[in-house]
Amino acid sequence: MTMTGAQILWESLVREGVTDVFGYPGGAILPAYDALLEFPIRHTLVRHEQGATHMADGYARASGRVGVAIATSGPGATNMVTGLATAMMDSSPIVCITGQVGSRLIGSDAFQEIDITGITLPVTKHNYLVTRPDDVASTVREAFLIARSGRPGPVLIDITKDAQQGSCEFDWEGAGPSLPGWRHAPTIAEDLVAAAAALVNGAERPVILAGHGVLISGAMQELRTLAERADIPVAVTLLGIGGFPASHPLNLGMMGMHGEAWVNLAIQEADLLVACGMRFDDRVTGNLRTYAPHARKIHMDIDPSEINKNVAVDVALVGDLQGTLEQLLPAIRRNDRRPWNARIAANKGDAAVRDIQFLPDDGHLYAAHVINDLWRATHESDTVIVTDVGQHQMWEAQYYHHDAPRSLITSGGLGTMGFAVPAAIGAKRARPEAEVWAIVGDGGFQMTMCELATAVQDDVQIKVAIINNGFLGMVRQWQEFFYERRYAATPLSGPDFVKLAEAFGILGLGAACRSDVQEVIATARRHRGPVVVDFRVEQEDTVYPMVPAGADLHAMIRRPNPIVETADD
Amino acid sequence: MTTMHTLAIYVEDRPGVLNRVASLFRRRGFNIHSLAVGHSETAGVSRMTTVVHTDAGGALRLRAHLNKLVHVVRVEDITHRSSIVRDLALIKVTADHATRSSLMQLAQVFDARVVDVAADSLVLEMTASASRIDALLEVLRPYGLVEMARTGRIAMTRGPAAELSIPSAGFEREAEAGVSYSV
Repeated sequence: MTMTGAQILWESLVREGVTDVFGYPGGAILPAYDALLEFPIRHTLVRHEQGATHMADGYARASGRVGVAIATSGPGATNMVTGLATAMMDSSPIVCITGQVGSRLIGSDAFQEIDITGITLPVTKHNYLVTRPDDVASTVREAFLIARSGRPGPVLIDITKDAQQGSCEFDWEGAGPSLPGWRHAPTIAEDLVAAAAALVNGAERPVILAGHGVLISGAMQELRTLAERADIPVAVTLLGIGGFPASHPLNLGMMGMHGEAWVNLAIQEADLLVACGMRFDDRVTGNLRTYAPHARKIHMDIDPSEINKNVAVDVALVGDLQGTLEQLLPAIRRNDRRPWNARIAANKGDAAVRDIQFLPDDGHLYAAHVINDLWRATHESDTVIVTDVGQHQMWEAQYYHHDAPRSLITSGGLGTMGFAVPAAIGAKRARPEAEVWAIVGDGGFQMTMCELATAVQDDVQIKVAIINNGFLGMVRQWQEFFYERRYAATPLSGPDFVKLAEAFGILGLGAACRSDVQEVIATARRHRGPVVVDFRVEQEDTVYPMVPAGADLHAMIRRPNPIVETADD
Repeated sequence: MTTMHTLAIYVEDRPGVLNRVASLFRRRGFNIHSLAVGHSETAGVSRMTTVVHTDAGGALRLRAHLNKLVHVVRVEDITHRSSIVRDLALIKVTADHATRSSLMQLAQVFDARVVDVAADSLVLEMTASASRIDALLEVLRPYGLVEMARTGRIAMTRGPAAELSIPSAGFEREAEAGVSYSV
């Protein structure tokens, strides 16, 4: 059947299972938009192309399916760079489609012409420039295969206007991927599996490090079996949260820069680290020279370029995590590591009494209270939390206890402020039955708050909790610790967020004291439609504990003046 | 310990592939000492020979990164294998009536060919290892070097071709065997 390149584009997307795209039209992508009306694809009109990429990313992370964003050439395409880089760093499968000027104009500096494949080379898993309608179908097929296979990542397809307008014979079957350099991950040698199993079986103080790979691979059950059978405590990375239930007795919580003290101490005291789908990021390890000095290391990851990149390991098992664990589990002996787990529990007990949750109400509202109350209100129902970047992101990781996979979506590797609101819209599109909350700071919220209009126009019922402290809080915290409290450019004003919400046609709520928190959360949850809640929290609150960048992992800045109050006070 | 590593990279012959490879070296902080690109024995597949200065771990990671490029078919590190390494140089040197014959004798000693003779210059062509060419350059320098062009090193292992299959072995062993798998 003869079709235009634009029609082939949508037909190919439909055949790849796409039901939703997030985009913004413009000159060079107009032929594609014109054809969109003929296809069963829901289009969400964003207010900025960066928002489209984060929505596709949130969609992908909430569902495990490939998220799709679409934009025009030139500035439409360059606005996607931050979202592509965010998805690249966090291994999120998205496909971004950009219009390009006509193929004969390429290289002429035509209106809205930009070399987007050149620009995005380091921030995409792969990218394409398509100049003929005949190449559209095969390119879409390859792009989806690459985006979702192996270590997932973003793929960009740049399609010239004439490739959209021109016609050719549509042949889906004949448009199979042609990738001679692409192979599946190999099987893992039995001797390596045996070596890993011997390390696990022989360890006295092992710790499992669970990362994003657990969720991507869907290895939650295998991980749990490993932990339970061998009685090994599990520390999670920020992106690994939800891969192992927070309420599980073997769950330690988040490791790294803002991990609780007992977690980092356990890693430093361990005699074996079993790394599952994580990459020893600097925010996780601190000073590499003193990292886990007593531990042998097993590294399971699908990406060989991560092996020995930051931390030299004893055994590397390269492959899909679920399959790797399936191969490893039969060799893992049932074990009882009571002394080791008791030692960690003793450290934990020491820290828990200083928890902010046990402080009496002194009239101040702390972000930790808000987040913990939100957890109490929502954790028994199907809830997705999407966080932005900064203090609130770390407090969320500490005080919202995630049991379910894909219940936390956050920008980890790139640390992209402005991520939460659009990513929440994408997550809600992917999982309409779930309650989706964006937790944002007043800084990050003001970067992409224009997308509230998207939520209104396209009826995407997200709830937004602004942790409003009038500062760029995490930067202020660094100034407090490392720059002698010289608050250069961190005090931040903003609009009246309740009125702002109302101006968008959204319910706006506010809370400034602890006693109001539960009620506004309940009101927000009852409301049918998007909600913005302005939580005006303590201005100069600090995320503890903190391992300063590059410091030893055990050299934590602990909560000051150990608070003697306990739950009984 | 950092040393020179010679990599043979087989890539699909597509527009922009050289840019992808070069961008990867830049992005990951590897400095290309030498790079030569040309057709390989297989239609549609080009062969790049690169020389990089890095340590053993760096070379292994570089290959893992290269393998992740979708259009890279196969990467071999032939540094420690018995191989033939050649560089081609064209060298224009000042030569007048008085010096021409001694220059031609030098060329003969070095197995270089005289490919052009003009009134005041000679062009020599030499195919050899990089160090042999460097040695010729040193003796030519006093005569006055006018111009030089070199291809950069190309290399090939001695003996039969390595089997291109996926052995059931660990990642390092597979990398050793030149197996590419994209992630």
